Amino acid sequence: MTPVKVRALGALIAAALLFGCGGSGEPPAAGQSSPALPGQGGAPSLGGDAGQINGAGATFPNPIYSKWFSEYSKSHPDVRINYQPIGSGGGIRQLTNQTVFFGASDGPMTDEQLKTAPGPILHLPTVLGGVVPVYNVPGLSADLKFSGPLLADIYLGKVKKWNDAAIAKENPGVKLPATDIAVAHRSDGSGTTYIFVDYLSKVSPEFKDKVGVATSVNWPVGVGGKGNEGVAGVVKQTPGAIGYVELIYALQNNIAYGAVKNKAGSYLKASLDSVTAAAAASSASMPADFRVSITDAEGKDAYPIASYTWILLYQNPPDKEKSRRMVEFMRWAITDGQAFTKELGYAPLPGAVVKLEQDALGKIQVQ
Amino acid sequence: MAEARPARRRRAGWADPLFRGGTAVVAALVIATVLGVLVVLLKDSMLSVRKFGFSFWSTRTWDPVAGEFGALPFIWGTLYSSVLALLLATPVALGIAIFLAELCPGWLRQPLAFLTELLAAIPSIVYGLWGIFVLAPAVRVLEVHTPEILRRTALFSGPPLGVGMLAAALVLAVMVIPFTATVAREILKAVPVAQREAAYALGATRWEAIRLAVHYGRVGITGAVMLGFGRALGETMAVTMVIGNNPQVSLSLFAPQHTMAAVIANEFTEAADALYLNALVEIGLVLFIITVVINGLSRLLIWRMGRTKARPMVATPEVALAA
Repeated sequence: MTPVKVRALGALIAAALLFGCGGSGEPPAAGQSSPALPGQGGAPSLGGDAGQINGAGATFPNPIYSKWFSEYSKSHPDVRINYQPIGSGGGIRQLTNQTVFFGASDGPMTDEQLKTAPGPILHLPTVLGGVVPVYNVPGLSADLKFSGPLLADIYLGKVKKWNDAAIAKENPGVKLPATDIAVAHRSDGSGTTYIFVDYLSKVSPEFKDKVGVATSVNWPVGVGGKGNEGVAGVVKQTPGAIGYVELIYALQNNIAYGAVKNKAGSYLKASLDSVTAAAAASSASMPADFRVSITDAEGKDAYPIASYTWILLYQNPPDKEKSRRMVEFMRWAITDGQAFTKELGYAPLPGAVVKLEQDALGKIQVQ
Repeated sequence: MAEARPARRRRAGWADPLFRGGTAVVAALVIATVLGVLVVLLKDSMLSVRKFGFSFWSTRTWDPVAGEFGALPFIWGTLYSSVLALLLATPVALGIAIFLAELCPGWLRQPLAFLTELLAAIPSIVYGLWGIFVLAPAVRVLEVHTPEILRRTALFSGPPLGVGMLAAALVLAVMVIPFTATVAREILKAVPVAQREAAYALGATRWEAIRLAVHYGRVGITGAVMLGFGRALGETMAVTMVIGNNPQVSLSLFAPQHTMAAVIANEFTEAADALYLNALVEIGLVLFIITVVINGLSRLLIWRMGRTKARPMVATPEVALAA
């Protein structure tokens, strides 16, 4: 009797093992339903019940979007907007598959991605964010300054020690230790990484060639931390470490960060104002579709590692009632809504861009 | 009385098949789920399977920008971290199980068993945070103080970062221990009293009697160890927070590495490109296949152990009593 029991228990364990582990490899099923063209009336309703507008995408702007939706529904009780912060890539996928009404992304969609979508998609900048270098070098007499090419060389593994001549050149008078540099980067695909490598690729041809620009890249050196907290954790625990985090994260957690030399040659510590300045400086050359990178911007007040985050909308969605409500909301978000940005740590849009967007919103079909 | 019995049988007449049918449906759900997982994994990874073929298993590059994908560093990291965790966890877990089942004073048994099981209930994100804020700095101190002569060997090379393979294996070991210990204790408790009494009757010491009990339950204990291995293979959140997430094949315990579950969790949400997404799903497929193979092998091991059971060196109650 008991040997049987023991053996049966073994079998049960093996079954549990198989079943339990199989589950961990299962991906969330991406909606593979055949996309119906907008305007042809194929999709019955883009997600959920009649009144609700569903969206999904970037995690970075989630706090401000949530604030906007709740504030906006106070004055417009009939508009219910539901946002799922599943990541920019997921947002683009769901928008392309038309399982959500709007998407949101920290990086603009590529031409290729736009081509696979069933209809024309508009990019609408909502707020701005910046990325800052954080480091842990014990016993420094002053905050460190970096230049773009220097950051690129550190992340390429070419500058290996803190007392390297390239670092000393940017920081005259600061006594630098002979510690090894431990490089930390994001391990999860992230808009933060996108902005950072976009900047490094602009200022260093070698970085562009060896690493390139994407939300996840093949880093030549370093350890990956999951999320801003993962990178900040590694930097905090490891003497000699350098990493990059979102400006918001550094501000909210009181993490000291370094200044970065901009295109005009001034060293700037990122602030909400210097991020907005970067956007204002480049607004004159804003392309019509708003798919623009504002890293390494011109202007002496412009912080060089900054970016827009976008809401993505179909230009001609099948549900015109939802479209009308969404456009109204967007007009509010880029004007009155901007008042909520600073308290949550986001940089507001410059006035010139708001004007351009109001024109663009007129292109969206609402009837 | 004579009439009541057939009535009861008649009632059992429909209850039996209903019950049997119900349980069969539930059991079929297991098969359907596993097959469903396989079908979805295959379907959603086709682009990558066609493009890379079997070289996916042996390529070291993982470059989303260039669109080149290989799973080798992740396969290596998953197996290496799980095996290390198993090596660390099994002796401790068996010690706990034996102490609880055989040696523990009565008043301590319940609280200790409860605490062991409580370890299994801690969410893995908590283990991960503990790993990054407590364990990794401690590991770093250990790495800094590793003698230079050891640092020159492949096993301990690289800069002292704290996060890396060693930290991941330690976190995994702590997470695996309650599973292995709890099941192994139940197995030991299921060993019949007659076994022990027979051993003592033959003049066995306590140590010898315990060895006999462990030997008697070895099939189930192997199962308990394999349960821990499966737990380690699939663990995601705690591992990704301390392993350093650098896809490289390295023997070094100090080197940051990566695992299959971790790369899926890290990169799935932002993967918008079709090939990239397919490659990530194929990593899931590889993990699925490896899990099935390892389960198959452990079943084989258990089956073989079960077959060799009746050898005389194993004192079954009959043999012991006959002696």
